Amino acid sequence: MRYLPLTPHDRQDMLATIGAASVDDLFVDVPKEVQLDGPIRDLPMHAGEMAVEAHMKKLAKNNSAAGDMPFFLGAGAYRHHVPSSVDHIIQRGEFLTAYTPYQPEIAQGTLQTLFEFQTQVARLFGVDVANASMYDGSTACWEAIVMARRITKRGKAVLSSGLHPHYVSVAKTMARFTKDQLVTNAPVLDAATDGADLLDQIDDDTSCVVVQYPDILGRISDMSAIAEKAHAHKALLIAVVTEPVALGAIKAPGQMDADIVVGEGQSLGVGLQFGGPYVGLFGCKQKYVRQMPGRLCGETVDAEGKRGFVLTLSTREQHIRREKATSNICTNSGLCALAFTAHMTLLGEKGLRDLAMLNHKKAVVAADRLAQIKGVSLLNDSFFNEFTLVLDKDTRPIVRRLADQKVLAGVSLGRLYPDESGLAHGLVVAVTETTSDEDVEALATALEGELA
Amino acid sequence: MNMLTEGRPTKQEENIITPAQGTVQTHTGNRALMVDEPLIFETGSPDRSGVDLPEAPAVESRLGGLDRDEPISIPGLSEAEAVRHYTRLSRQNYAIDVGLFPLGSCTMKHNPRLNEKMARLKGFSDIHPLQPVDSVQGALETIYQLAEWLKTLTGMPAVAMSPKAGAHGELCGILAIRSALEARGDAREVILVPESAHGTNPATAAFAGYKVEDIPANADGRVDLDALKARLGPDVAGVMITNPNTCGLFEPDMKAISDAVHDAGGLVYCDGANFNAIVGRVRPGDLGIDAMHINLHKTFSTPHGGGGPGSGPVVFSEALAPFAPLPFVEKTEAGHFHLVEEETAEDHHESSFGRMVAFHGQMGMFTRALTYMLSHGADGLKQVSEDAVLNANYVLRSMEDLLEAPFAKSGPCMHEALFSDNGFANGLTTLDLAKGLIDEGYHPMTMYFPLVVHGAMLVEPTETESKAAIDQFIGALRSVAERAKAGDELLKSAPHFAPRRRLDETQAARKPILVWQEPEEYAEAAE
Amino acid sequence: MSRYYTDEHEWVDVEGETATVGITDYAQEQLGDIVFVETPEIGAELEQGDDAAVVESVKAASDVYAAVSGTVVEVNDALEDEPALVNSSAEEDGWFFRLTLSDTSELDDLMDEKAYKAFVDGL
Repeated sequence: MRYLPLTPHDRQDMLATIGAASVDDLFVDVPKEVQLDGPIRDLPMHAGEMAVEAHMKKLAKNNSAAGDMPFFLGAGAYRHHVPSSVDHIIQRGEFLTAYTPYQPEIAQGTLQTLFEFQTQVARLFGVDVANASMYDGSTACWEAIVMARRITKRGKAVLSSGLHPHYVSVAKTMARFTKDQLVTNAPVLDAATDGADLLDQIDDDTSCVVVQYPDILGRISDMSAIAEKAHAHKALLIAVVTEPVALGAIKAPGQMDADIVVGEGQSLGVGLQFGGPYVGLFGCKQKYVRQMPGRLCGETVDAEGKRGFVLTLSTREQHIRREKATSNICTNSGLCALAFTAHMTLLGEKGLRDLAMLNHKKAVVAADRLAQIKGVSLLNDSFFNEFTLVLDKDTRPIVRRLADQKVLAGVSLGRLYPDESGLAHGLVVAVTETTSDEDVEALATALEGELA
Repeated sequence: MNMLTEGRPTKQEENIITPAQGTVQTHTGNRALMVDEPLIFETGSPDRSGVDLPEAPAVESRLGGLDRDEPISIPGLSEAEAVRHYTRLSRQNYAIDVGLFPLGSCTMKHNPRLNEKMARLKGFSDIHPLQPVDSVQGALETIYQLAEWLKTLTGMPAVAMSPKAGAHGELCGILAIRSALEARGDAREVILVPESAHGTNPATAAFAGYKVEDIPANADGRVDLDALKARLGPDVAGVMITNPNTCGLFEPDMKAISDAVHDAGGLVYCDGANFNAIVGRVRPGDLGIDAMHINLHKTFSTPHGGGGPGSGPVVFSEALAPFAPLPFVEKTEAGHFHLVEEETAEDHHESSFGRMVAFHGQMGMFTRALTYMLSHGADGLKQVSEDAVLNANYVLRSMEDLLEAPFAKSGPCMHEALFSDNGFANGLTTLDLAKGLIDEGYHPMTMYFPLVVHGAMLVEPTETESKAAIDQFIGALRSVAERAKAGDELLKSAPHFAPRRRLDETQAARKPILVWQEPEEYAEAAE
Repeated sequence: MSRYYTDEHEWVDVEGETATVGITDYAQEQLGDIVFVETPEIGAELEQGDDAAVVESVKAASDVYAAVSGTVVEVNDALEDEPALVNSSAEEDGWFFRLTLSDTSELDDLMDEKAYKAFVDGL
């Protein structure tokens, strides 16, 4: 076994030191009847690298990789080009195989990158502080709702109909157990977001309003009025960003007075990976910092007065606070956060702005091209890199058929909202810097074929 | 002759005085390979970039008048600078690749590089979670195969793959328990948790709306079965038990505990953090449990990555299987792989408690874990647990004359050895010993956990260490332990040779600085 | 004014109907450097034994219980900026909150200074 260094001779020596006749003697506390008499049946025996590689490659080959064909999916996960050096950096063994930085004297590498990450996220979101990351956007969103309950001591959260349906689904699952009350609605195919409706739903029982920006249909609208109304009722505005690249082009939620901003950081550095691992982003106003979930890295000095970093405010966390912790979370998404921060550092503000405008303008060109197709109309007045097309047919079967033709056309609203027949004609299309003009033409041609 | 005498001296002059290390000052403050690295905010510029992008098409933007017009103030670095920045920072980290990492309950085993290579195959890394299922059959089959491995290894009939980490898996298990009890109209309020449990256990139970009560341990460091039985009743929804437990011991009464809980109408959650001790040799399903999470980043070698991402699939008994969360993968008779989500759940999974995450879980960890399992096979995994237990017992018996091992008389330990600070000289603590180990070139063991042992030190060598590496570690640990017992004052100021000396955590917590601020803001704040 | 102590290491100064509550010097020494104090809300009505405040060191968060029942009328705002006051002056400047007593008979069960000292010596 290539990963196991002990030789039979070593094992004998060590057993002699221990004073045990055989390794079985070390398992005496385990009742005999539950110990297996040999390797578990029905599983293969060990295998060399070549054999394992062959097995895994066969599985990998049976998937349509996004890079191999025209690709337009988004809806919470985006395909961006990740600079080559990012993967090199996260494969440095000192990052890849390190543990949570509980011994700060020998973990400054991880800690300093987390401090830089927190600062980048806070600035991107336009808020005062950010934590060292969460599992993903959907769980960060629920944690934000719980945090708003702790701050306001109220249990009713108003969720925008533009919030990603999986995020809503996660919140519904959790709320059923925590007895939080959620106000939810499915979106309607309209150019305007539900901002005006949300204003009517805020009252003195509301803990927070949760608004996705840009929303699930790609729409963007100013959240300032929602923040103002929420604050008038002593409720919080939680903004959810599933495409962080957008904030290189559009106003930060913090600039519209959002109290908590959460998001999915997968777009930068992480890659699609069939949905995970991703990296949850979590920022808020300074005054709420002690109510935040998750790890926080803070600056301090060492015994010689040199600047250094430590995990801090850990009394909020489960390993100290146990049943009174702000969350049961015990991990962040460390390596994905490193990929995010490395990618962001390579971009810098200028690169981020350029990347965002490249995404946006390519999307504008694509939207106009696709809207020319007979039987297709563009829903959005405004959008970032993702927009909704309304087809004159049910979209979901079309998306399936196009996938068979090696065109990954986008996300049908039928997939996201199977119970909402009013949305069945919607197709959410994402365009990034990786989308070529030829890709757009291929999609247009394929759609024309379907709608003719 | 043509005598060439130019060039560098080849021998050091005699009678040179060599000052003690650390007393020589340098201009930069650096010490050769130990180099401080500034923050990107001090070296980068918002105008600099390590990425070249094509020109955007010349069209009007359509951002609804919400253009970001104020500075974002995120500095950039060229690629050359960025690679150096992160490389230099990486060298301030301890890691498994650097040395033995004896962190108890964390299972810091070698991370095979084949796992990394396989996870990066474009058929896994470059597929979108919402692609039509026909275009991702290989990905669904990968999840299915891993699920089958986990079910077979644990002897449990069902598994939920989507939880994002161990604590998230705990939450999944507890929500399933709650759903099952509610389904039979038997709402219960209390979850029992041993004092020695990981903090995530009580935090999870509370997060799911339960009241948490302690179960006491007996003198052997195990669950007190009689005390547990006495507390069981119609208000107890279940217990959360770590087995092997956090004292490094197997709970021999586990089956009796499960039976007692079931008889009282409750359900049993097992924290699988320590599965590495028994994988391939004992199936938790044979112990009567109802749910257990498996940390793929512990037992199945996916990288810890400086604190994540983890992955925490949860296996379920027949009683809990119907309540497992969405989504999951099923195989049809025709060999097609089918994704059960909200819409399709109505057919035959109507009891599922719902979705815990967007998408399908930690695919990137699934590919690594499956690669690891295929590499080891059934025989290799059995060897894994046996070597892990052997290494831990070797450490235990090599140290117990010097460090108090409170439960060593209870018998062999499992995959980790527990010591206390009993016998240390006055004023010296477990923390001092740990920092002394840093100077010896090691990451310290888990300290001050479990809480039931004073100044606890929990050592888990794992199976991927050679005898020579463990012998060297034991030598270092013995030396530092002797110094702690002898009252060596120098331990109190350790580490002396790390990139940083001890850090002031009080200052960090009193006035938290969580993001970088421009120096003038510092100045203003100080006024 | 008279001072009372609890076996949870809180002190209570009573002047008329008003009681000032803090943690004892012994307690702050045991806790180590205090980094944060969460005080109750003004107007909160506390029953004896309720969670009233939280005091945090780097390594632990401890609940401070209401030594006596009453309505919170004032909290020590200075602790927000300077939690170290609890270390430097636990039994004076480092007070936590004031409340209006709702049941003065509860004081009968508390210790005086001498009894508390004996209690601590016995720990």
